[in-house]
Amino acid sequence: MAAAAAVGVPASRTHRPREGFAAEVPRPAPPAGPAGPSRRWVMVVDLAKCDGCRECTRACTAMHRVPPGQEWIRVYEMRDESTGLAYWLPRPCMQCDNAPCVKVCPVSATWKREDGIVMQDTSRCIGCRYCIAACPYQARGFNWVEPAATPERIGEPYDPEWNRVHFRGTTEKCIFCPALIKEGKLPACVAACPMGALYFGDREEDAVTNSQGETVRFSKLVVEQAGYRLLEELGTEPRVYYLPPRQRVYPAPPPEEAEPAGGAGRAAVPTVPRKRIDTAGGVRR
Amino acid sequence: MSTRQATPRFSEREERLLASLTAGGAGTYALIGGLLAVFLWGLVAYATQLRHGLGVTGLRDHVLWGVYIANFVFFIGVSHVGALMSAILRLTGAEWRRPITRMAEAITFASLLMGGLMPLVDMGRPDRLLNLVRYGRLQSPILWDLLSITTYLTGSTLFLYVPMIPDLALLRDRYAAGPAWRRRLYTLLSLGWQDTPAQRHRLELIMRVMAVIIIPIAVSVHTVVSWIFGMTLRAGWNSTIFGPYFVSGALFSGAAAVITAMAAFRWAYRLEDYITEAHFRRMGYLLIALGLAYGYFTFAEYLTPAYKMATAERGYLTAVFSGPFARLFWFTQLTGILLPLLLLTLPRIAWVPRLHRVPLLRPRPALAAAATYAVASVVLSAASPSLTMAGLNLNQWIPPWVLPTLAVWLFLAFLPVFHARPITAAVVASLLVNVGAWLKRYLIVVPTLLNPFLPIQRAPAGWAVYQPTWVEWSITAGALAGFLLIYIGFSKLFPIVPIWETREAPESREAAVQEGIVGVAAV
Repeated sequence: MAAAAAVGVPASRTHRPREGFAAEVPRPAPPAGPAGPSRRWVMVVDLAKCDGCRECTRACTAMHRVPPGQEWIRVYEMRDESTGLAYWLPRPCMQCDNAPCVKVCPVSATWKREDGIVMQDTSRCIGCRYCIAACPYQARGFNWVEPAATPERIGEPYDPEWNRVHFRGTTEKCIFCPALIKEGKLPACVAACPMGALYFGDREEDAVTNSQGETVRFSKLVVEQAGYRLLEELGTEPRVYYLPPRQRVYPAPPPEEAEPAGGAGRAAVPTVPRKRIDTAGGVRR
Repeated sequence: MSTRQATPRFSEREERLLASLTAGGAGTYALIGGLLAVFLWGLVAYATQLRHGLGVTGLRDHVLWGVYIANFVFFIGVSHVGALMSAILRLTGAEWRRPITRMAEAITFASLLMGGLMPLVDMGRPDRLLNLVRYGRLQSPILWDLLSITTYLTGSTLFLYVPMIPDLALLRDRYAAGPAWRRRLYTLLSLGWQDTPAQRHRLELIMRVMAVIIIPIAVSVHTVVSWIFGMTLRAGWNSTIFGPYFVSGALFSGAAAVITAMAAFRWAYRLEDYITEAHFRRMGYLLIALGLAYGYFTFAEYLTPAYKMATAERGYLTAVFSGPFARLFWFTQLTGILLPLLLLTLPRIAWVPRLHRVPLLRPRPALAAAATYAVASVVLSAASPSLTMAGLNLNQWIPPWVLPTLAVWLFLAFLPVFHARPITAAVVASLLVNVGAWLKRYLIVVPTLLNPFLPIQRAPAGWAVYQPTWVEWSITAGALAGFLLIYIGFSKLFPIVPIWETREAPESREAAVQEGIVGVAAV
C-alpha cells in the first residue's frame, strides 16, 4: 500500500482558516513555454483496467473524511446497451470547463480555477442544492445531517483545498485534491488505484501518470485508445476522459457484501484490506 | 384642509360589508384559532428542521428538492392572479372586475409572502442567507428569483394599497369614535386623503401607470421560477417553453383561487349584493380560457419529447406516463384540467335538466353504484390474498372499464345539479384546479430528479426514493394556514370589496353589470 501512504496528510502543513481564499492561492510557477497558463489538470480513467475494487472511493473517503452517504468518486456498475458488456465506471467530479454547477451557484461557493479545477467553498455555501440539481453526473453530495468531522469537533480549520472538515447543510464534491497536487503528489484516488486505471496529469504538459508510476502522453493515450468523455453530448466539456473497456479478460472482484455508500456506523477510514491484483501478469492488452 | 366632506353615508350593502370588519362569531374565532394552531405546528416542525438539519425531511442526494419547492412554485403561481385581475382587466376596462380586484390582489400579497418563505425553508444554511447579498451572482437564476419576487411583492403591495387609500379615508372617518387602534391605523394609512378632484386624478394616473408596469413584472416572476428548472440539463426540465408554460399554469391556478375566495367571502360576509352570479360566470369564462391555454402548453410540453423518446428523456417520460407517477399524472390531467373545463361548460347547456327524466341518470342511483364499487373493491382487495391462493383472482372480476364508466355516470348524474347551481360548479371546478395544480408542481419537481442521466447506484437505504416526512407536511400545512390567516386577517382590517370603486359606478351601470351587459369604462 505504498500508494496509500502518499495520501497521508503531512503533519507540517499550516493552513490558515479560509478568508479571501482565492487571493491566498499561490499561482503555479509561470510556464516555461512561450505562452499560456501553466497547468490544466486532466484525469484519464482506463475502463479496461478498472476491476471495481473501489480502493479509489476508500482512499478518497479517508483522505477527505467524506461524510457517510457521499462518495466523491463513485464506482458505477455499467452495462453496454448493445453488446451487453459489463464494466465498472469510476466517476469523480468531471471538473467541467462549461460547468453547470458553477453557472447556477448564487453565491460563488463553487467556481472554476485557471488550472481547470471546479472548487467548492463549503464555508460560503447556503445549501440551496441548485448545483446538485444542475450537475448531470450526480457528482455532488449534501450534508443532510451534522457530519462527524466538523471544524469544531476535529479542531481543524477549514481549508477548501484539503476539504477534510465538513459543515451541515452544505454541498460537497471531488476537487481533484489540489492540496496534494501542490505537494507534487497524485490525487488520493489515483494514487490508491491498485490497477493503475486512473491517470492524472497536466494537459499542457501532455503527460498523465498512474499509481504504477507509468507516465504516458495524454494526447496519444486518448487518441489511440478512442478516449471519450461522459455525456459529451451535453456540452459540459468535462476534464475527465474515459478509455473504453476493451478486452477486459480478468475476472471482476467478488461482489461486496452489503456495503452501502454510507451505512450508519461506517467508519470514515476503510478497514477492509483488499488483495492487490497483480498487474504484471499481463492481463491487459 | 376644510374641504373635508361630511361623514359619508353608507348604503345598505356597504354597511353589511363594513360589518364584516368587526363582526365575528364563534365560527370565526374557531377558524382563526384552528389555523393558528396549524401554523404554530408548522413552526414547531421548522424548529425541528433547524435543530437537526434537512436530514429530518425525506430529501436526499437524488431527490434533493421536494414538497418545499412544489409549494414555492404553487404559491408563486397563485400569486399571479393579482396582476391579471388588477392590471389586465383594469387596462381592458372590464368593469365587472371592480368588486373582486381587492380580494384577488390580497391573494397575491398573502401567497407571495408564503411562497417567498419556501426557498428559505428549503435552504440548508438559512443562517447564511445574507451571502446572497454579500456574494450574490447575477448569473444565477436564484438571484433572478430573489430580485423579481421582491420586486413583484413591492409592486403588488402598492397595487393593493394605493387604490385602497380612498376606502381607508372612509374608514378613518367612520371609526373617528371607534377603537383607537383602528382610528390610528386608518389615519396613518389614508395619507390625508380628502377626496379632492386633484387627488382622484393623481390616483387614477398612478393606477394606470402601475397597471402597465406590473404586467411584465408578474410575467417575469413565474418565468424565472420556471427557469430555476429550465436552466438545467435534466430530462423534464430542459425545456424552452417552461417560461410560458409556467405562466399559463400560474394564471390558471390563480384565477381558480379567486373563484374560491369569491364564494367564501360571499357566503361568510353575505356579499351577494356585490358578488353576483354574473361574476362567477365571467370568472368562469376566464378560467376556461386560461385552462385551454394551460392545457395547450401541457400538451406541447409533453408531446414533443414523447414523440422523440430520446435516450435522456425516456426514463422520465415512462415514469410519468405509465410508471410510478402515472396515476398522479393522469389525475392532474383529467381531474385538474379536463374535468374543471367540463364543469364550467357542460352544465350550461339548455337540455341538461332533461337528463333527470332518465331515472338511472339521477344522483342517487349513480351514487349507489359508486358506493357499491368502492365497497366491492375494498372488500376484494382485503380478501384477495387468500382468494388468489385458492386460484381465484377476484380483482379480475372488476373489469377495467367499470371505473371510467362510473366516472362518466356520476358526471352525467350531477350535471343537472350543477346546472341549477352554477356557483357550486365553479367552486368545485376551482378547487379541483388548485389540487391538480399543486400535484402537477410536485410532478414537475420529483420525477425528473428520480430519473437522472447516470443510474442511481450505491444509494443508502431510502435515498433512492422520496417519501416526504411529517416535517415537510407540517410545514406545508403551516404555510397554507399562514396564507389563509394573512388573507382572513386582511379582510378583517380592510374591506375586502373596494367601496369607492363600486360606489363610483352609478346604480344603472351596476344593474347592467349584473345583467352581464357591462357598461363603458368609468375612467
